Amino acid sequence: MSDVADRVKKIVVEHLSVEESKVTDNASFIDDLGADSLDTVELVMAFEEEFGIEIPDDAAENIQTFGDAVKFISEAS
Amino acid sequence: MFDLTGKCALITGASGGIGGEIARSLHAAGATVGLSGTRTEPLEALAAELGERTFVLPCNLGDFAAVEALPKDAAKAMGAVDILVNNAGITRDNLFMRMSDDEWQSVIDVNLTSTFKLCKGVLRGMMKARWGRIVNISSVVGATGNPGQGNYAAAKAGMVGMSKSLAYEVASRGITVNAVAPGFITTAMTDKLSDDQKAAILTQVPAGRMGEPEEIAAAVLYLSSPEAAYVTGTTLHVNGGMAML
Repeated sequence: MSDVADRVKKIVVEHLSVEESKVTDNASFIDDLGADSLDTVELVMAFEEEFGIEIPDDAAENIQTFGDAVKFISEAS
Repeated sequence: MFDLTGKCALITGASGGIGGEIARSLHAAGATVGLSGTRTEPLEALAAELGERTFVLPCNLGDFAAVEALPKDAAKAMGAVDILVNNAGITRDNLFMRMSDDEWQSVIDVNLTSTFKLCKGVLRGMMKARWGRIVNISSVVGATGNPGQGNYAAAKAGMVGMSKSLAYEVASRGITVNAVAPGFITTAMTDKLSDDQKAAILTQVPAGRMGEPEEIAAAVLYLSSPEAAYVTGTTLHVNGGMAML
């Protein structure tokens, strides 16, 4: 697993208090990991800080799964 | 009670009567205050009066680029924005049938849109801190309407609906969003009224007098305090009984 994926996973596990094994590529933050819409906003904020990038609102809306997040961040950073 | 030591508060319209008093009151409770307003001179004078824990942050709220920069500038200067008081407001009174688009738009821009933008700008820090207080200064006319103030009443009523919606969204993060609705308060804005107009207004005020800026500041201090953590989405009317809502 890439370094980006590890760091993203750590943030997701901490923020949503879920088990690491549940954070799979296809895991949806809202449907599978128990996030509400505000949690997803906070996750994006945390990703921005961790990776020193800016994630525009329209891109953030498309980040719905762990895999989406890793893909977007890998391309942006 | 109402100890704000270690908290940083951004107050717009701090050059005005009510805003200046809000700044004094939050500062006296221990907060660091960021004084914002269009006119630098009165802000500097207030800062000199208050002494330490004070920052002057001039901003024209009609200039949206400047509005968007203000929360960042304030956080940089003070270290954080824990408390936001959207107090700045303008009036462009006219009869509805004569009101120009510009009179309408400028009041909506400064009173309502800048409030939206400033709230949005401070939320990130408050969400991370799991603590925040937003107090929007509305007006009794937002609830009752007032002839000649279709624009102002719309903006002030809009602030209340906006505050409630935001209060829903961020309550779980320790952030409260409330409004204070002053009645007729002795300020530069009401000094413009003639004595006859004032006398007519006072017949509608059971308390029989105008309110003082200190009486608005006390309401803001309460809603900014740790003690008010369970109060959110409300409008605190401070109007001497002129509208019992």
